[in-house]
Amino acid sequence: MSNAKQVVLKPSLAAHVRKEWKLYSFLLIPIAYFVIFKYLPMLGNVIAFRKYRGGPNIFGTEWVGLRYFHMFMKDPTFWRAFYNNIFLSVTYLIFRFPITLIFALLLNELRNMRVKKLVQTVSYLPHFISMVIVAGMIKEIVSLNGPINTLLGHLGMEKIQFISLPEWFPTIYITSGIWQGLGWGTILYLAAMTSINTELYEAASIDGASRFRKAWHVTIPGILPTIMTLLVLDIGGIMGSNFEKVLLLYNPLTYETADVISTYVYRMGIGGKEGIGGNFSFATAVGLFDGVIGLILVTLANFVSKKTTKTSLW
Amino acid sequence: MKVSFSYRAFQGFNALVMLFVITFTLYPFVYLVAQSFSSEAAIYAGKVTLFPVEFTSNTYKLILQKPEFYKYYSNTILYAVLGTLISVSLTAMLAYPLSKDKLRLNKFFIPFVLFTMYFGGGLIPNYVLVAQMMHMRDTIWAIIIPGAISAFNVILVKTFFAGLPNEVDEAARVDGLGTYGIFARITLPLSKPILATMVLFSMVAIWNDWFSASLYLQSKDHWPVALYLRQIIDSAIGVNEFSSSDSAATQIAATIKSTAMILTSLPIICIYPFVQKYFVQGMLIGSVKG
Repeated sequence: MSNAKQVVLKPSLAAHVRKEWKLYSFLLIPIAYFVIFKYLPMLGNVIAFRKYRGGPNIFGTEWVGLRYFHMFMKDPTFWRAFYNNIFLSVTYLIFRFPITLIFALLLNELRNMRVKKLVQTVSYLPHFISMVIVAGMIKEIVSLNGPINTLLGHLGMEKIQFISLPEWFPTIYITSGIWQGLGWGTILYLAAMTSINTELYEAASIDGASRFRKAWHVTIPGILPTIMTLLVLDIGGIMGSNFEKVLLLYNPLTYETADVISTYVYRMGIGGKEGIGGNFSFATAVGLFDGVIGLILVTLANFVSKKTTKTSLW
Repeated sequence: MKVSFSYRAFQGFNALVMLFVITFTLYPFVYLVAQSFSSEAAIYAGKVTLFPVEFTSNTYKLILQKPEFYKYYSNTILYAVLGTLISVSLTAMLAYPLSKDKLRLNKFFIPFVLFTMYFGGGLIPNYVLVAQMMHMRDTIWAIIIPGAISAFNVILVKTFFAGLPNEVDEAARVDGLGTYGIFARITLPLSKPILATMVLFSMVAIWNDWFSASLYLQSKDHWPVALYLRQIIDSAIGVNEFSSSDSAATQIAATIKSTAMILTSLPIICIYPFVQKYFVQGMLIGSVKG
């Protein structure tokens, strides 16, 4: 049967579409959505090379070449945001990635399913809380009357105005990130662990492998594709940041360590409390530069992952 | 089976780690609740750490008496319900044909959708599109349309659809159901876990959204409660709006803030445990390839 089928010529594409038009018709509205709301803004990036000062002609008025790129490259505030962005992302990744993986492995070792369920339920919760509330909580907890300063007081130490001190911003950013993302970060690992063939564990038990050895030789290789996929995505995200959180937590006193590329773009383009706003073309140039680096990073990481572990996003 | 000492020690250690994670996760919530029920003076003196001190529920009364609060809250409910409906319908519509291997054009459409996961227009071009070109400013559409479909969610639903048994489709076809009938009456009912997951994700995203509202909604009448909360936290709203008493502004602000935070997140915290089992199941099936 299948051999006979292969001899028959593939029907033409037009005939295929005619035959399956009902299935294809589902795509009409969603693909139109993607064209308008995802691809049109990508094209809208041409205003990085054209003068645009607002108005309905969203592709700007005249070509200015790389003028805006030269402008931001000369701006020390841009380079500060660039450096802060990389520092925060990389440090966060270095802490969060292993902690999440270890937490997933420990969850997997829990024998009592009700306890496991409970820990999962509790630890996923912060993921669903609005950033406004997360930022509000952080401010309350690190405030001068908050529990951390109260504890410092009991220990006989000076109170610290955490939220206004640039040297504390990375710690606040990373700790709160782990608080919010720890549980949710394990969900794809746990999904991958359920698909590991249980015979592998039985075989390892017969060979006398300890639990630690089983985790090392069965669980980790079993979830390696997931580890690599998440790592590639995270490396691609190094030029990004938790924009909303930074915007809600930083202030002019902490810009020195807290201002990242997205908040810089926001202040230059949109404005906000301390922003300039209205420099659409300039801000777009910065955003495009950032986006292209991100795309290059994810492509490189994906390439390395493909070569070393045969795991690839595409 | 013999349980070794080192294994028992490990389980004990593991239990401690879990206890720590639960405490670490829940403490900020506990603190917020304690603060919201405490007196301003107690908070200011740093006496509140775990339980309410000088118990009072005045701030709750204060906020719940304000008509604006209900207005912002009902705006949020409207955005969340309508936005979720649109978002989940569009996601399922897109994922369905993409899950069918026999569609040859998927070779083009799948990368077309996936690419948006790795590259986007960026803040300014998106803002310009929505505000200047589509004229969505100060309308509900600016809140619910631009983020309606995410490529990641499409992939989850597509994987789930692809895992459904083909035989059911064929049996339904024999029974005379067409393509649309199979989708509506076979595929969707079989996909409750992933659809519930999508409903949760979308609803939470809109419920929590304050940023697109701050970009696009100039008129306060349209504000969602999350943006109102942001104003309270930033203390841009004068404390005098809340209380006519002359006590120090910052002190009142702390209880108002924590109460507003609790009242805003309460629906999510209440619904969350009940939908949790669906999204865990949905994520499991949707994320594990074939």
